Formats: sequence, C-alpha cells, structure tokens
Amino acid sequence: MAKTMTQKAAPGLGLDADLAHKLLRDMILIRRFEEKAAEAYALGKIGGFLHLSIGEEAVAAGATSALRPDDYAISTYREHGHCLVKGSDPRRVMAELFGRIDGLSKGKGGSMHLFDKSTNFLGGHAIVGAHLPLAAGVGFAIKYRGGDQVIVCYFGDGAVPEGEFHEALNLAALWKLPVIWICENNRYAMGTSLERALAQTEIYKFGEAYRVPCEPVDGMDVLAVREAVSRAVDRARRDKTPTLLEARTYRFRGHSMRDPAGAVYRTKEEVEREKLRDPIALFRDRALKAGVISEDDAKKIEKDVSDLVDEAVTFAEASPEPALDELFTDIFKERG
Amino acid sequence: MAVMTYREALNLALREEMRRDPDVFVIGEEVGLYEGAYKVTQGLLKEFGPKRIVDTPIAESGFTGVGIGAAMVGLRPVVEMMTFNFALLALDQIVNSAAKLNYMSGGQYNVPIVIRGPGGPAHQLAAQHSQSMEVYFYHVPGLKVVRPSTPMDAKGLLKSAIRDDNPVIFIESETLYNVKGEVSEDPDFLIPLGEAIVRREGTDVTVVAYMGMMYRAMEAAEELAKEGISVEIVDPRTLMPMDKDTIIGSVRKTHRAVVVEAGAGFAGMGSEIAAEITEDAFDDLDAPVERVTGAASPMPYARNLERAKTPTKEKIMEAVRKVCYANGGR
Repeated sequence: MAKTMTQKAAPGLGLDADLAHKLLRDMILIRRFEEKAAEAYALGKIGGFLHLSIGEEAVAAGATSALRPDDYAISTYREHGHCLVKGSDPRRVMAELFGRIDGLSKGKGGSMHLFDKSTNFLGGHAIVGAHLPLAAGVGFAIKYRGGDQVIVCYFGDGAVPEGEFHEALNLAALWKLPVIWICENNRYAMGTSLERALAQTEIYKFGEAYRVPCEPVDGMDVLAVREAVSRAVDRARRDKTPTLLEARTYRFRGHSMRDPAGAVYRTKEEVEREKLRDPIALFRDRALKAGVISEDDAKKIEKDVSDLVDEAVTFAEASPEPALDELFTDIFKERG
Repeated sequence: MAVMTYREALNLALREEMRRDPDVFVIGEEVGLYEGAYKVTQGLLKEFGPKRIVDTPIAESGFTGVGIGAAMVGLRPVVEMMTFNFALLALDQIVNSAAKLNYMSGGQYNVPIVIRGPGGPAHQLAAQHSQSMEVYFYHVPGLKVVRPSTPMDAKGLLKSAIRDDNPVIFIESETLYNVKGEVSEDPDFLIPLGEAIVRREGTDVTVVAYMGMMYRAMEAAEELAKEGISVEIVDPRTLMPMDKDTIIGSVRKTHRAVVVEAGAGFAGMGSEIAAEITEDAFDDLDAPVERVTGAASPMPYARNLERAKTPTKEKIMEAVRKVCYANGGR
C-alpha cells in the first residue's frame, strides 16, 4: 500500500491564481506572525514557552487547503500555523500569546494551547503524543454520527516513539476512522535526532504495520503536501480509511525560544543547507515562473500580511489582562 | 422501588441513559461480547449493538483518549476501566486532557465523560489490583469524583454523572457488586453530585466513611450502641465536589469526628476531611479528629496480612472510643 516515492507537484503547477495566492499568503502569514511573536517574546511581552514552526509552513498551509471548513484539525504545542490557516483571527491568536482576555482562550491557554471552536480547531496539546488518541476519538464521533468530515492530526517525529502513537494508529485502523495522521518530521525531537530516537527512521512505514495507506511527502513543497492530503481526505470521506503521511520538513529555528540557535545538536552548515529548501521561497519562485502570481501580487501579499500582523500586535497590546475572577471560571462547565 | 444488586443498579442506569440519549455510548475492555469483566454491562450489546457498546483492545490510554476526543465534539462516552488500577495507564489522558481542556480552551471545549470501574481493596487481589484510586483524581481541579456505597446511590449518581457536562471519575467496588438494596425504577430519579447523606443518625460522634468502610462503620456503630455510644455516620458519596456542609453540620452536633478510608492515610481523604473540620469547626470539637486508614504498605496477598492492612470494624470502634474518651479507648 505504501508509496516509497515522494510525490512531486506537476511542473505547470496545475492550480489557479486564487489557490496559489492563498497558499502563498497562508505560508507568509505563519512566518510573519511567528517572527513578530519572537520579537514580542524577546521584549518580554510573551512568556512561557514559544515554539516556532518557521521552515515548516508548507505542511500547515498545504494540508489545510485540502480541507473543508467543517473538517477538524488538532495539533501539538507548535501549532500557531495550523490554527491560523484553519481560519482563526490572527488578532485573537496574538492576544492569546500575550495572555489577554481577547485571546482565543481568554488568555488561559497561551501559545501551546490554542483552541478555536468556530473553526473546528481542537488545540493546542503539549504532552507529546497525547492528542493522537483524541484525534481518533473525533474520528470515532464523526463516524458515530454518520458524517463525512475528516480530522487532520499533526504531530512531530518526537511523538512516534510514544505508546499513544501506536495505540491511536491501531485503533483508527482497526475501527476505520477518518483520521489523517500528518507527522511533521523535522528530524529533531527537541535536541534528539531521529536516528537517536527511532529504530525505524522512515516514519511513514509505521503505516504499513497498521495496514493503512501511507507515504512520505516533501514537507517543503506546499503542493506536494496539498496533493497527498487531498488523496488522504478522499479516502477518509469515501470509506473512512485513515492515512499516515510523513511530511519531511525542517525547523529553521530552535526547539523553542529558549533554544534560539539549535546549534548544540545540529551543525550550522546543516541549518543553512536546509534553508535552501525554504518552502515560501520555493513556492513563490515556482508560482512566479508559472505565471499564476505576479511580482506585484507577491508584494501585495507581503504588505497585507505585514499589516495584519502589526494589527494583531496592536490588538493584543490593547486587550486587557483577564480579570482575576477568570482564575475560577471554566474549571467546570456549568449548565447553561 | 425494587430490590436489586449494586451491579444491576449500575446496569439499569446505563440502560436508561442510553435509551434517553443517543449520544451516550460505552467503551472499554470486554464491555460487549464478554458482557463486562464484572458483568456490569450485561445485556447491553444485545440491546444497543456494537456501535454503542464498543469493545476495545487493551489500550487504556488509547481508548480513554478516544472517549475524550469524542466528548470534545459532543458525544457522552462512558469509559469502563476493568479495574480502576488500570486507569494509571490513562492517567495522563485523564489529568492532562479531560480535566484541563475546558479551562485551557477558555470554556470552548468541555468534556462530558464518565470513567467508571471498580477500585479499592477487594478479596486477595494483591498489590496491583487493590488500590484506593480516588486519591489520584480528587486532587486535580477539573475532575469530579464519585464513590457510591449503595445500589440506590450507584444508580442515581451514575445517571447524574452521565448527564454532567464535565469529566466524572466514578469508582465502584468489586466487594459491593452483589450488595442488594432498594433502588428507584423511575428513569428520572437522580442523585445530584456533591450531596452527602447521613446513613445513621447519632449524637456522640460523627464517623465519615464511604464504600466498604461505610458498611464497617455501620457494624461498628451497632456494637458501640451497646456500649452507650451514639454514632452518626456521614457518607460523602461524592468526594469532589465535597459536601462540606453536611459533614461540618454533623460535627457541630456531635463535637467529635472519626474519618475512615481504605487507602494509605498519608495525604489522603481522611487528612483532607480532618483539615476541613479543623478549619471550620475547631471550636465545636471536644477531641482531636481521629483517622482510621489503610496501612502505609502495598496491599499484600496473604489473607491475614490483607486484613491487617485494611481498616476493620474493631479499628473503627477503637477510634470512636478514643475520641469519646470512653472505656477501651487508648
């Protein structure tokens, strides 16, 4: 069942201007948003942990472009991008990072716990591997109710050695649940390389063990991700077949802001080499060459996104801190 | 009203709630074809089919997470732990996911789930199958914890737990499944979470006890009555939220308190209740609060050692005499 060849997008791009525009815009939004968040973190305006996905934007943008708005997505603590492109208001995401009342979770979740019920974004989970069974549960609920939605579950290579990866893959395969497992393989679980963590480093092959369709995909190629996820979505909608995708990507920054360079466990040369695969630069060049986006379009996207992110910061700074009585609200849901 | 066993009362509660609400389903090991390791789910597969009575492989963290995920999008799972000791394999899901999602999402994603099964000391089940597991859960904000002692409570509280919009840890007991009692057959009969009950009225001393310990306390009270000591027994039923008012109210009346728990006492439910009484009713006390707890050891297998580990009727009587400064007290 597994395909061993990385899927390449067609040379003519095979997509219209609107879609090209959206994919480029989504990737640039993630990047600029996170760059701005990093600045705010350095200024002490954002606390705790801040994990950036810079370099990995093609996975979130490509995968989300294959979904319907009523499909679900669930993610890890490196989830700003997944949340933003699912449709959350960047102002409310930034306000959450700032710990303000207008944040998605009223400032109670923070960077690692973004949730947005209005976009069917299910979080923001910071115990590695723990959200995989939740994704299977959402798939279970979709099937229970006879719906045709799917859920995309993002996780890192660091989740693969966890027992819950295996429990969840097995249950979703056993019960045929419409879950699309997307491993964002950036080759390092914090500072532990793939080779130091897994006996089987070709992660997609775990799908063979659980007898589900599986394939590796170039995670720096937004169209390749989109196509692989589209195939998986088709299977999931058609007959609830789950799929394991291994998106091979790379994080250009450290594990978190407290690991700024990420230089202890990998070489500068490696990071510089990987930056040549920058998914935004690659896609912009291809889209320009294919003529679906003009230089002016690209500049306008940059400008619009930059304005949007600036506005998000202004909004977050203006939003009040949560009132102290928020400490005790939402511990339990009260009957409405 | 009908007389039925604790097991049958649980079974009836599940049936009624599943008939009432199509979003309720049962998931766990051996709940369907095998009809439950302790037969609590007997006959449910036949009535509701495999879509709603879901047998799982042995994967506690996995299927508990499935329940939590399904609850996030509106279903009402009842997850069975074959024994609550196995919930340790799902502890991260319960503590880090179920208990926290509503809070972390600012109230967007609540988790209406019940996790139920037997726990506590039984009959020579040894160290890994005899733990009083409530202590692991009531410490966690975001979880409700129920320990129902009678068939009536088993039914009324399980129904309330299923209708609750939050995660409820519902710990039964192997030793109580065959206990018989009067149970309401009214499908609308509920016992609200967070209400204690006075099992026996008395004037000299308040004994707080639940599950098997409540029955031992009742036996102790019978014998102590012969010595002229009048014991009031309060069964909290729900440990979180705790009905402090009923406990404190009883202590204000009797001026003495003994708290019984099966688990090892250190930082246990007895400590908590003793602290609450001391904080709220210190001036009403005529004696320090006494605790009767399980010994601070793992549960041994040998029958005599198991008995030595567990609070007995005699130990409860001794504690009551002590707080009453009565004959035979230390």
